[in-house]
Amino acid sequence: MAEHGNGDSTAVVKAGEGASGDYAIDNPGLPPHRPRLADVDEKAAKRSERQVAALFFISIIGTVMFFVGYFAVARMDQFENYFEGMSALRVQNTLIGVGTALAMLGIGLGIVHWAKTLMPDHEVTEARKPLRTEEDRADAEKIVTEVVDETQIKRRPLLRNTMIAAALLAPLPAVVLFRDLDRTADFGVERMRHSLWDEGIRLVRDPTGTPIRAADLTIGSAMHVIPENLREVSGHGDRLAEKAKSVVLLMRLNPDDLHEPTPGREDWSYEGIIACSKVCTHVGCPVALYERHTHHLLCPCHQSTFDASEEFKVTFGPAGRPLPQLPITVDDEGFLIARSDFTEPVGPTYWERGHTDPEGDFPA
Amino acid sequence: MSASKEKYTEAQYLEAIEYQPKTGTGKIANYVDTRVGGTSIVREFGRKVFPDHWTFMFGEVALYSFIITVISGAFLTFWFDPSMATTRYSGSYAPLQGLEMSMAYATSLELSFDVRGGLFMRQLHHWGALMFVLAMSVHMIRVFFTGAFRKPRELNWVVGATLLVLGLAAGFTGYSLPDEVLSGNGLRIIDGMLKAIPVVGTYISFFLFGGEFPGNEVIPRLYALHIFVIPALLLILIAVHLFLVVMHKHTQYPGPGRTQRNVVGYPIGPVYAAKAGGFFFIVLGVLSLLAGTFQINALWNYGPYDPSPVQAGTQPDWYIGWFDGVLRIMPGFIGNIPLEFVLPTPWGGNSVATPVLVPMIPITVLLLGVFVWPWLETWITGDKREHHLLDRPRNAPTRTAFGVAMVVWYLVMWGAASSDLMATHFALSLNDVIYWLRAAFFLGPIIAYLLTKRICLALQRKDREVALHGHEAGVIEVSADGEFHEQHKLPNEHELWTLVSYEAPAPSGPRPNAKGKITAVEKVRARLNRIWFEDRVEPVSREEYLEAIGHHGESPAGLEAAQSRQAITSGAPADSR
Repeated sequence: MAEHGNGDSTAVVKAGEGASGDYAIDNPGLPPHRPRLADVDEKAAKRSERQVAALFFISIIGTVMFFVGYFAVARMDQFENYFEGMSALRVQNTLIGVGTALAMLGIGLGIVHWAKTLMPDHEVTEARKPLRTEEDRADAEKIVTEVVDETQIKRRPLLRNTMIAAALLAPLPAVVLFRDLDRTADFGVERMRHSLWDEGIRLVRDPTGTPIRAADLTIGSAMHVIPENLREVSGHGDRLAEKAKSVVLLMRLNPDDLHEPTPGREDWSYEGIIACSKVCTHVGCPVALYERHTHHLLCPCHQSTFDASEEFKVTFGPAGRPLPQLPITVDDEGFLIARSDFTEPVGPTYWERGHTDPEGDFPA
Repeated sequence: MSASKEKYTEAQYLEAIEYQPKTGTGKIANYVDTRVGGTSIVREFGRKVFPDHWTFMFGEVALYSFIITVISGAFLTFWFDPSMATTRYSGSYAPLQGLEMSMAYATSLELSFDVRGGLFMRQLHHWGALMFVLAMSVHMIRVFFTGAFRKPRELNWVVGATLLVLGLAAGFTGYSLPDEVLSGNGLRIIDGMLKAIPVVGTYISFFLFGGEFPGNEVIPRLYALHIFVIPALLLILIAVHLFLVVMHKHTQYPGPGRTQRNVVGYPIGPVYAAKAGGFFFIVLGVLSLLAGTFQINALWNYGPYDPSPVQAGTQPDWYIGWFDGVLRIMPGFIGNIPLEFVLPTPWGGNSVATPVLVPMIPITVLLLGVFVWPWLETWITGDKREHHLLDRPRNAPTRTAFGVAMVVWYLVMWGAASSDLMATHFALSLNDVIYWLRAAFFLGPIIAYLLTKRICLALQRKDREVALHGHEAGVIEVSADGEFHEQHKLPNEHELWTLVSYEAPAPSGPRPNAKGKITAVEKVRARLNRIWFEDRVEPVSREEYLEAIGHHGESPAGLEAAQSRQAITSGAPADSR
């Protein structure tokens, strides 16, 4: 068995030690140390020193570059022309970024180069300590036994049982405390069944809010639509929440391209104009892409594809249901209006969606 | 109380009081030492040995990226206002001037355009976060493939896996804060996924958003999670992770002089400290370069959040990709049969959003699998020993093959998040891309497993070949009677040790329990054990090796090598310096 002392460390590699198998040869110990060029050649060491110093100097240049970027380039708000401001910002960001990068890389590469070429590269061996010793274990066990005995918990089961019961119940208030995370007055799942759409609500353009006549839509065109009463909702968050349920895509197809409507939907379209919820039935992204010659609607998030000519049925992708269709018609003035609210909840499927509506509006 | 209490002499107490430091440094050191006991720390750590290998660097990258992300994030908090109160934008970015938006978005724009260096710090923060998760992932892959998670480090593996999950949470909560169209649609997807959870999902969504999506509440809540709760947990767990690394001492690759009982490497002072310290600046430098030259999350292009618009071709941050991708490859219908259904219940029926729930299965399997892997592997192999020497990945063919299969599985899901970009950039049909990804989802891991296992076994055979017959020298000799043969150069004993010092046990078969019965579970274990070990390349045995030297002994080079090896194995000391 070969033994290899390892310098000032007291640990010793014994060949074959720690190996449980019978290998072809015994552990030969550490390979001999090979001196680096800088260890034997003072010129090479000097060269390394100069290289490290050069890297540190590059770091100084980088810091200067940062200051040039920060102070010499004007801030964006000092430009009349915003395009000039944007170019200045780009220059500033580049100078600050590249300057910081040089400052840091100079220091980092310098130190590492220093460590690799000049600091000693002798590998040192250290023994691993056993993670536990039998003596410690016995001591610890004794302490634990004594501590438990001193509490008398084993002799007094009433204490133990009531404590467990109390400890199980005590965290519940911490959970209940979170109930008021939802502070809305109409708490519950029912609200998800209703949107701002109702009988007679005009379809208006998003975002201008102008009403739409049937004649405004040529065959093949599509439009982003919101309910006219959306602007009456006060509060930014409430308005967004209502909008998230009531955004509608309106499009006009050649009436001959529309498939025969299912019973009950015969009067949901008007001269080839149809409207659907823009909220994907998959996970709720806006179904924003419309391809006029295939009548396909595509959700850009997960590529669910719906066929507008077949009541928005899913033709591809992960969506599990057709987009809800909004029944529409025109009012006396010729503007497009809703005939009713959506007849089913819009947006992604949720657990309570399948409930029969108390008023009997929705099929189970 | 029984713990052995050490007795100290009066002289020992006086020693500390009477000690007079001579140098300035000595005075400072003594001040610290008499108050917090600094010298014992220096004694413990000053020359502590750390094994060195380039693959040990990824954990360091993760740690440094985290520190950089915390520091740059603290800078951002001075300007960012996580409020959903509305304001009219009046900053320098002309295209958005006059628009109604939340304070969160307005102050994000202010940070980008009206705070000098703000854009740089925002980009540094974002790049740092991406690098943090990336480095953690690569580090985890390294630990997996080298078997560093084995006893006694299983619990630290779990700490690491928790850190990774927290890293994802930190990333996503941060991604959602600027409240523009991109992050709003990200939250919309989260909302849709939450709502798909049976029984409680709808309410979880209500509680997160403070009512119906998107509401007035979510940004400040995510902010509290993002800057306090998650980073605090990360910090605590990082401390635990590092403490355990120090306690276990680092693992090392097998090699000459390295055993289960020792650690070979560079002492902390000065080499390791210099390299690790210098490396922090390198990571910061690289991230600064990215932040200064590569634009990330140009949030001014998207506009304030509105439930109606969305951009085509948007991508989530890379680490969220696999969540998004697996959602994309799940079909909503098979043929004309919808996968979503209403479960009949006494109160009228509940909807099961199968197309959203099923994709959560591979994600849960992968994440849970990571957490339980150390125990699963121990259970299959029956190996309950401590391991401080790493496996070369080829020497654990089944683990390596399984790991590669899981990485491929992950990558298919991850790549699927760019299905639309693959279609537009390579002029493919979007539907075809999805069909291929669906096939790859099932076949990819299987093919990867089989291929990797074969590659590992081939590499092991190559090691055997080199150990027994040497490297091909590339020199063809012709003998006097016209026979051609190639010269082989035998490896020296240091290289040889690395090639032969591994284990390849045979399958162990089912073991009866205490009652002498072989349970059904044990049968499963035995079958898995068989799969695990049945394909194996045994390391070169001593007999084979001696026979091979005898054979090569005819050639002068081989003879020399054998002689020198015998000299070593018979006990001639060789100075390691």
